[in-house]
Amino acid sequence: MAIPNGDIQQATWRTKVGLAQMLKGGVIMDVVTPEQAQIAEEAGAVAVMALERVPADIRREGGVARMADPDRILRIKEAVTIPVMAKVRIGHFVEAQILEALGVDFIDESEVLTPADDRYHIDKHAFRVPFVCGARDLGEALRRIAEGAAMIRSKGEAGTGNIVEAVRHLRDILDGIRRLAALPREELVTAAKELGAPYELVREVAEQGRLPVVLFCAGGVATPADAALVMQLGAEGVFVGSGIFKSENPFARAKAIVEAVTHYRDPEVLARVSRGLGEAMPGIDLATLAPEQRLAPRGW
Amino acid sequence: MPLVIGVLALQGDFAEHLQALQRIGVEGREVRRPADLEGIAGLIIPGGESTTIGRLLERFELVEPIRAFAQAGRPIWGTCAGLILLAREVVAETRARYQPLLGLLDVVIRRNAFGSQRESFECDLVVEPLGLPPLRAVFIRAPVVESVGPTVDVLARLPDGTPVAVRQGQLIGTAFHPELTDDPRFHRWFCSLATPAASLQSTA
Repeated sequence: MAIPNGDIQQATWRTKVGLAQMLKGGVIMDVVTPEQAQIAEEAGAVAVMALERVPADIRREGGVARMADPDRILRIKEAVTIPVMAKVRIGHFVEAQILEALGVDFIDESEVLTPADDRYHIDKHAFRVPFVCGARDLGEALRRIAEGAAMIRSKGEAGTGNIVEAVRHLRDILDGIRRLAALPREELVTAAKELGAPYELVREVAEQGRLPVVLFCAGGVATPADAALVMQLGAEGVFVGSGIFKSENPFARAKAIVEAVTHYRDPEVLARVSRGLGEAMPGIDLATLAPEQRLAPRGW
Repeated sequence: MPLVIGVLALQGDFAEHLQALQRIGVEGREVRRPADLEGIAGLIIPGGESTTIGRLLERFELVEPIRAFAQAGRPIWGTCAGLILLAREVVAETRARYQPLLGLLDVVIRRNAFGSQRESFECDLVVEPLGLPPLRAVFIRAPVVESVGPTVDVLARLPDGTPVAVRQGQLIGTAFHPELTDDPRFHRWFCSLATPAASLQSTA
């Protein structure tokens, strides 16, 4: 159906942030095949992230990780009716142009892929499709929003099945917001300088007591309890990467994580949905990772 | 007895609806379980992912209680995904492989009618019960109403005639999101359809 004539504005900031608002309270799942995408939709995912390899495999196999093959993305898009996201390398605006042309619903400028630019992220305002970006703290989140990100996810450490970094980054972002909200106005310019973030955004966060965009959590969620933990800490939704399709029973686990995100404050529901899921993905102790094996420090 | 309006809080932008209710001085309540429907005068089904919310409605046994809520004459308003969930039918080629519906509103819906996210838009829209000025309507991967049954009134149309807001008695559906703007009129109008629950007989 064509968009009608009249006073129409497409791809406004409100429609971009608005899609992220529609995803709230939901789970976005990494998938590499149309079959996995259908399992995710069946389990109740609000969106899928179409990838060439899940983070655990990127970590294991090494090499350069790039945007997924367009044919793979289109096959996944045809397999489901929920929104389809895809990742581009940090700074690789041509991969983003290609994803926009393919009609992807959301682009993740992601540290999980190998960065294409070691100095600049993408000018995301230049696109009609909205972007989500990772952040470890409030300053990083606000820099990405200044560049046009319509959604932020705490980075965590993707492909580890270890929630500790996700918790650290989520707490750092939320602590940063709480701190700003308590500051007197005259201290905000200095706070902006210390955060390395634009003053206008710093002032907005201080006044509203929240980010101007939706905040999800990513990087290490492997169980329904992990998902409910980050929701109780203040995430508005959850990305699950390797945690589903690297587990013993992906459908049961995906469904349980969806239910845990809806009823994240209800221990009885959490206890019920956590049963009978089989083995979770194997986890990695962060202490065993060399600094160059960590993905979260990519981006700035 | 103050008016309490429930907002289905399984997934989606329920917080935005609760904030919109708060701005007009109406008490809102999150609805996640059948017991949460007790004592509320009206129900809003928010925007979100209709396939997700539909599955959660079934898994947490809310389908029949919400149908009973509607049959008791209490108003229900669905925005976007909420409109889809209220509908009797979804056009086959836009339906998910499994798409649970409440089937209360006699309309056929076309999901994602404008294409993918890059086609999302906003425009000024005259909505019948609200009059002028037009409402700023935000359409996000929006559905449209493909056809309506004989008892359904169209409250708003796009310039090309496509229905995007409908009413069937106490059931309201909008393809757009009044909760994403600061305009309080639609929420105020919806609340005017509701009677404080204390004056209705319990349906439990």
